[in-house]
Parts: sequence; structure tokens; C-alpha cells
Amino acid sequence: MQQYHLPFNHPAQGPHDRELCDNVRPPDWRNPQPRDPYPLLIVGAGPAGLIAARSAAALGARVALIERDLLGGNSLNYGCVPSKPLIRTSRLYAEMRDAVNYGATAPRDIKVDFQMAMERMRRIRARLSRVDSAARLSADGIDVFFGTARFTSGDSVDVDGIGIRFRKALIATGSRSMLPPIPGLAEAGYLTNETVFDLTELPDSLLVIGGGPIGCELAQAFARFGSRVVIAHRQPLFLPKEERDAAQMVADALARDGVEIHLNTRAVSVRIEGGKKWIDTLNDGSVATIGVDHILTGIGRTPAVTGLGLEAAGVAYDGETGIEVDDFLRTANSRIYAAGDVCLKHQFTDTADASARIVVQNALLLGRRRFSALTIPWCTYTDPEIAHVGLYVSEARERGIPVKTYTVPMHDVDRAIADGEEDGFVKIHVRDGTDSILGATVVARHAGEMINGISLAMLAGIGLKTVARVIHTYPTQADAIKMAANAHAQTDRVSFVNYLLRKWLNR
Amino acid sequence: MDHSTPTRAIRVKSGAGVGAPPRQALAGHGQTDNALLDRLQRDAFDYFLQNINRHNGLIADTTRNGAPASIAVVGFALSAYPVGVEHGWMVRSDAVERTLLVLRFLMDCDQSGNADATGYQGYYFHFLDMESGKRIWLSELSLIDTGFLIAGVLTAAAYFTADTPTETELRRLADALYLRIDWRWAQPNDAAVTHGWKPECGFLNYGWEGYSEAILLYVLGLGSPTHPLTEQSFPAWTLTYQWENLYGQEFLYAGPLFIHQFSHAWIDFRGIQDSFMREKGCDYFENSRRAAYVQREYATRNPRSFTGYAPDCWGLSAGDGPSAEPRLVAGRRQAFYGYAARGVPYGPDDGTVSGSAALASLVFAPEITLPALRSMAARDRHGTAEDVRASGFNATVSEAGPQGWVSPGQFGLDQGIIVLMIENYRSGLPWRLGRSIPYIAAGLRRAGFRGGWL
Repeated sequence: MQQYHLPFNHPAQGPHDRELCDNVRPPDWRNPQPRDPYPLLIVGAGPAGLIAARSAAALGARVALIERDLLGGNSLNYGCVPSKPLIRTSRLYAEMRDAVNYGATAPRDIKVDFQMAMERMRRIRARLSRVDSAARLSADGIDVFFGTARFTSGDSVDVDGIGIRFRKALIATGSRSMLPPIPGLAEAGYLTNETVFDLTELPDSLLVIGGGPIGCELAQAFARFGSRVVIAHRQPLFLPKEERDAAQMVADALARDGVEIHLNTRAVSVRIEGGKKWIDTLNDGSVATIGVDHILTGIGRTPAVTGLGLEAAGVAYDGETGIEVDDFLRTANSRIYAAGDVCLKHQFTDTADASARIVVQNALLLGRRRFSALTIPWCTYTDPEIAHVGLYVSEARERGIPVKTYTVPMHDVDRAIADGEEDGFVKIHVRDGTDSILGATVVARHAGEMINGISLAMLAGIGLKTVARVIHTYPTQADAIKMAANAHAQTDRVSFVNYLLRKWLNR
Repeated sequence: MDHSTPTRAIRVKSGAGVGAPPRQALAGHGQTDNALLDRLQRDAFDYFLQNINRHNGLIADTTRNGAPASIAVVGFALSAYPVGVEHGWMVRSDAVERTLLVLRFLMDCDQSGNADATGYQGYYFHFLDMESGKRIWLSELSLIDTGFLIAGVLTAAAYFTADTPTETELRRLADALYLRIDWRWAQPNDAAVTHGWKPECGFLNYGWEGYSEAILLYVLGLGSPTHPLTEQSFPAWTLTYQWENLYGQEFLYAGPLFIHQFSHAWIDFRGIQDSFMREKGCDYFENSRRAAYVQREYATRNPRSFTGYAPDCWGLSAGDGPSAEPRLVAGRRQAFYGYAARGVPYGPDDGTVSGSAALASLVFAPEITLPALRSMAARDRHGTAEDVRASGFNATVSEAGPQGWVSPGQFGLDQGIIVLMIENYRSGLPWRLGRSIPYIAAGLRRAGFRGGWL
């Protein structure tokens, strides 16, 4: 009998997880005979490793791709991909309850079928795994090795006893969940993003420790499914990296969905009593106790650098910040590069992708592409979403750049009003007195889609006045960007020109 | 000169304030704007006479049963007494007596920082027991509320300048209370000033960063000759400033209206600029004018379709609101937030308007504030303009009465800002006193302010 990889060997998981497993970790996989040496060897087959492998193979290079666990990494198996179908289903339940806001009658009896939502998630995850299955990668000329890679020198690795040499290597091992050091947590048991998608029943109650983006996304989704959800966030501010208005808007949205947010609150101990987990929390000296069925820790991620033999390879790293790279993503060993979560502050799938493309250029084509030249957007997929690109106002001011922000509340955008999706705003920051876009924050139901136009303008060096000249389809929510650009185009006109214009028009 | 006799009824110094109000009849009540402002200011002033503990001079936070003393409200009371003397609403000796009473209490209070003390490091706990003057409700040692208190203390000293034993003692105490505050202590990270401190957990994890009512706090802290804030404090505070173009106005953004008003009760920001305002070609006074226009525009657009919002009914700010059951408003499920810091344009907004916040824009934008005042005063059939002085009213919660819900009683902060801002509008007295306080001028200069009266 085939042995499926944990956690996909659960009998309840059914055909979708078996398909996923067949794609991302085939039980009967045989590693190929290594060629010697590989022009590019890649450790880790998450988003960065897969993109690098495909890009290098497309150039005609022979590539070795080594994966310890599952192809697709966190993103496909336990992260961005499985969370989105659940978010979508939970949003539908929220909309059904709120049907009157959309001019419809709410269904009389809304029963949440959690298993059905999870089944859909598994089906979608399995489907998305097809494109980069082990078999397809192999057919496309990439040598896929499953096993634990360990550098044995500056130009060789060992994969479970097999030595492989390389001319250039890429470390793309990603990151792992960081477990908060709370007494009793390990004994009581907890979910991480790696196990939460294996739940077979909707928890009555769930404590999310940490208020990071994934924690917030899942907190809202589970609250919309009907769980009582509490977020205990150690930091005093909710989503501390985001603009305050944006964070507040999402906090309000979560509260409307019933999520209790406890800021400035530290979980200090966990115990099990009567089948429940009891968590003592501390807030400004006051102790409180929260009782829940499950605990989800989402406090952040730590780069996966242990057990790789980085010392033997001459690769410098730090346990907290990961592998040290220069702006060309080269490590201390000039043959070895790194990409994705293992070396980057921005731990996003899209950034991993972009960094991997840079590595292939620089490692194989003598490229000189710099990571710092990237324009990196990011998005938190709560409802409403928060998307950001470029500088925050405080970052610009720290650098002495004068900033002006053009703000358009979504409640002024025709399509957002028509859609009943008025919570949010577009804020576009320009260098004051110029046309140059410094960054933007969008809060809207589809903020992640809307930010891309601004990212394009920034990358291409297009000023905000030119954005104002772009005809945006009407009515769309992205019209908010055009409205902000129009405000800029109007106020930016020199007053003398305005004076002459008025004279001429009224001649 | 006998300082125990009241001065003449109203001494409006032309040109000192923003301007004399036009005489316009108030629909339905036959009141002129002047009469309306008289009534509002006098009624607001009476709050401080009626809600005082005559044994220690402390003033209650609200008129509600069992309300503790709020040190911020004491600061407003100390600033209001000179206004009362000028208007003949209290005799000078009474004002001096009430002021001395509370200054002596503050000077002699328990500053040990114990859980039931009154203060620590020269600061005071936010809420105090009206009788004992000890900390109540586990409240925090509050930086901003100490700021309002000490602004009142210094205002009193600037006004009571007579060479009499009592006024001399008053000035000595005021100086000592200010000079003993260890501002530097309140910068745990060497930069921004902390929100507060508690004996149970030490410093709160929040700092005063980004534009808010705390500009006064930085000015007072920077001006201290004894334990001043460091030079890094003001840049740390302004680092997160957001200059935004919203509804066609360009301004230093903050949502709740009171943020644009409270420091302005004492500091005359007309024509003086720090480096940020120099960069933007603006000043904080002009900024507050624009903020009033943004509020009015929001109420005109009324995105959430609340009852009553209109070009002459606006003012989202911190204050009391209904705690009614959620209901559908224009198809949306609307919750009600009770006491909350409401703001524009992102809320929270539950249809509650703060009359005192609109009124406090009088100095900045009388041309839109007076029509709003007339309209809000007309809500009240008795012509007493009670709704304006209430902490909030909400016409959307229509079951509460013919005019909707109105916050019961009064809050001291609202009454204080009403008294001071009407006075700044009419005579400019609080600003004049503020300009004469050397610590405030020094603090402004250290914060980088130049120009104008400085």
C-alpha cells in the first residue's frame, strides 16, 4: 500500500489530497541519477525554487531541484493557496447573513457546512498542484530529488547519501512557523498554518496567538464560519506595519464579524481542563483567562537555515534574519545564491518569485540585477483587503522626503457604493511638489487587484498626472485610483496657469 | 485696585479674538448669535461652579452620579476661572480661592506612584476620587491629561498677576507644580512621549506619535527649564504626520475633530510654523480651519445616510453616544458605540454628532460654525441649546425622543472647550494668556516654531 506523506495520509482527506500528494510528493518517486556537475542546483521547491527551476530549464540549463518535503512549499500546501478558498466560502456566508445590504432576502436558515468548505479547498489545492507536479517538472527536463540536502563543500551537496556537484546553487528553503515560548502550549496542543487546514470539524472556539496577516485572515474566516474567535496580540497596535487607518479599518471589520481582538496582550500559560484549553493572558498587569477548543499560533515565520551545512558551503547566515545576501542575492560564497523567505524581509510568494528570477539572471547569465530595484506590493486578504506598495509615509519622512497623500474614501466611489463595498480607501503618496509616486495603500474588498495599476506606474516611472490621463473603465472600484490622480492633476496646476486659464475661458 | 470685586460684565477686546460674531437672529428663538454664545458660554462655565469639591478644588469628570474627578477637567476649570472673572460671573477673590484650593491640593498630594497615590514624577493619575483625591478606576498616570491640567495651572498664574499674598502664592505654586514634572522620564525610548504609566505594569506600550491633541504636551515638555524633553521628542512625534488631500482640502490629517482643537484652546497657533508647516506653507490654526471644512463636507456627503447630517449639522469627535441595539440604516446593519473617538472620514460613525466639537471650530471657521450652531441650538425647543453642550446627540436613534438620542448630563471637557473657544473667538483672552507664558514660548521655539507672535 502506498504511504502518503503526512499530513495527507489522513483517511478523511479523500481523493483530492491523494492527487495533491501524487503531484507534490509522489509516494513511489525514484530520485534520478545525478548528472555532474549541475549548472544550477536548487535546494527547496517552494515558489522561489520552482520559478528558478523553470526559468533555468527554459534557458536550456540542466537543473537539480531538491525538496525535503512537498513541492510548492508553504504557499501551495499550507499558506496562500488553501486559505483563499476558505476565505471565499466564509465571505459567502457573511454575505448571506448580510443579504439585505445587497437588496436580497437573507436565507432563513444558514447552516455552515465546514466539511464542504474544506473539501472545496482541497479540490482547488490539488488542481493548482498539477502545473508543477513532480512528473511535469521531470518531463520538462528538471531533475527532481526528494530528500534532505546538506552542503558538504562550496560546490557540492549530499542528498540522503547521494553526492551532487554544482557550478551554481540557489538556496530557497523558505521559512517555518515560529512557536511562541508559552509554558504548557506544547502539552496542550496547537494548530499552525501547517495543520489548521487538516481540521475536519469547525472549532466552537479558537484563540489566534499573534495578529499577523495570516492570523487575521484565518481569524476572520473562522469567525464567519461561526467559531468564536479571539486574537491575542502581544504588540500594542493591530497590524503594526500597516498604515493606522488601514489597520483600524480591518480591526473594525473583524470586530463586526465577531472577532475579539485583545491588543497588548501576552499569553503566559496554557493548560487543559475539561477538554478545553485555558490560556492565561496578561494585559498591562491584568490577568485574564480565555477558554477555547483550539489554539492557532500565527506569530510569524523563521527562516529555514538549520541542517543545511551552510558552514561547509561558506554561506553566512543568522538564525533570525536568515541567509545573508548582497543586492544581487549572492551569499558569502559567490557560487551560491539565495531567494525567497530564507533571506528576505518580505516573506511573500510574489517576492519569492521575483527574487528567484533575479537569481537565474545573475547566476546563469552574468546578470547584474538588483533586488533593491524591485517594486514590491503586498496584500493582507482580510475583508476588506489591505494592499500596499512602495514607501509608507513615515518611511519617506524618515528619509527627509516631503510627502503629500491623495485620499479617496471608497464610500465616494460609485462602483463601491453599487457593490455595497464601501469600507476602504485609496491613498496615493507623492513626493510633495512633484509628480512622482512614492507608494500607495489601498483598503478595499479587492485591494490586491487594485494596487497593481499603481505598482505598474511606479515600476515604469509613470507620474500620477499620467495616471489621471488613463481612462479607467467606469464604473469600477479601481476608479478610486483615477479619482486620486485627478485630485493631484487639479491641485498641481500652477496658480498662475489657473489664473490665465480663467481669463482666457471668460474672455 | 480691589481684586475681590468683579470686573465689568464683558470686556471684549476688539481685534484680540478672531472676530465679533454677526448679529443674526436664531430661527424660532429670536436669539442673536451673540446671545446664543453668551448663553452657551455661561451655562458651560457654570459646570465648573456646580461640580467642584469645595474641600480640595477638584472638578468632576461629568455630571453623572459617582463621577470621579478628571485632572484634565481641572485644567479646563483653572483656565475658565479667568474667563468667569472677566465676564463678571464670579468675583476675582472666589476664583483665586478655588484656584489656590486645588493648587495646594496638587502640591501636597501623594506623589509616591503607589497604586492609590495621586501622582508620580510630577504627573497625575487620570481619574481621582472626588473626596480623597486618590487614584480611582486603576486609571493610568496620564501624560496628556496632566498636560491639560498644567496648561490650566500656568494659565491661572498668567492671569492672577496681582501683588497680593494669595495671588503671589498662586503663582509660586503654579510654577513649582510645572517645574517639578520630570518630562524626560516620560520618554522611555528617548524619543516619543509615552501615553502613560501604571504602578501595575510600568509604562504603557503606546507613545504620542502622529498628529493629535498632544502638541500641547510636547510644547509644555520642551519648554521646561528643569527636566525638559529631549530634542528628539518633537521629530519623533511629527515623523508619522500625514499631509492629505481629502475632499479638496489639503491638511494634516486626523479624524476626530477635538484633535484639531484642544491644544488650540491655550496656544495661539496663528502665523507660527514648525518645520513641517513651513514645508507645507500652512500653520496649525489654518489646518484646523480646513479640518472643520472636511468635517462639514463629510456630513454633507453623509455616506452612511444618518438622520440629521447636513452642511449645518456636523462634528464627529470623541464623546458619548448611544448604546442602542444594532439596526438597519440604509440597508446596512449599524452598531452603536457608546463612548468612542468618532472621526472623519473612516469613522467610527454611528450618526452621533458632538455639538461642542463643532462649536470649538468657531475660532477657525466661524462662517460655517455659526450656521451649524444655530441649527443645533434650534433642535432644542426650550432655546437652551442643551444639545450643543451634551456630549453627543444622535437623531438616527429616533425612539429615544422627538430629537433622537441626547447624551444625558454634561461632560467637563466639553464645557471647558466651549468656555475657552468662545472666549478665544470673542476676546482672545486664553490665547493672550498663553502667549505670555514663557515656558510655552520656549517650548514652541525648541520645537522649531518661528514667525508670527513668537
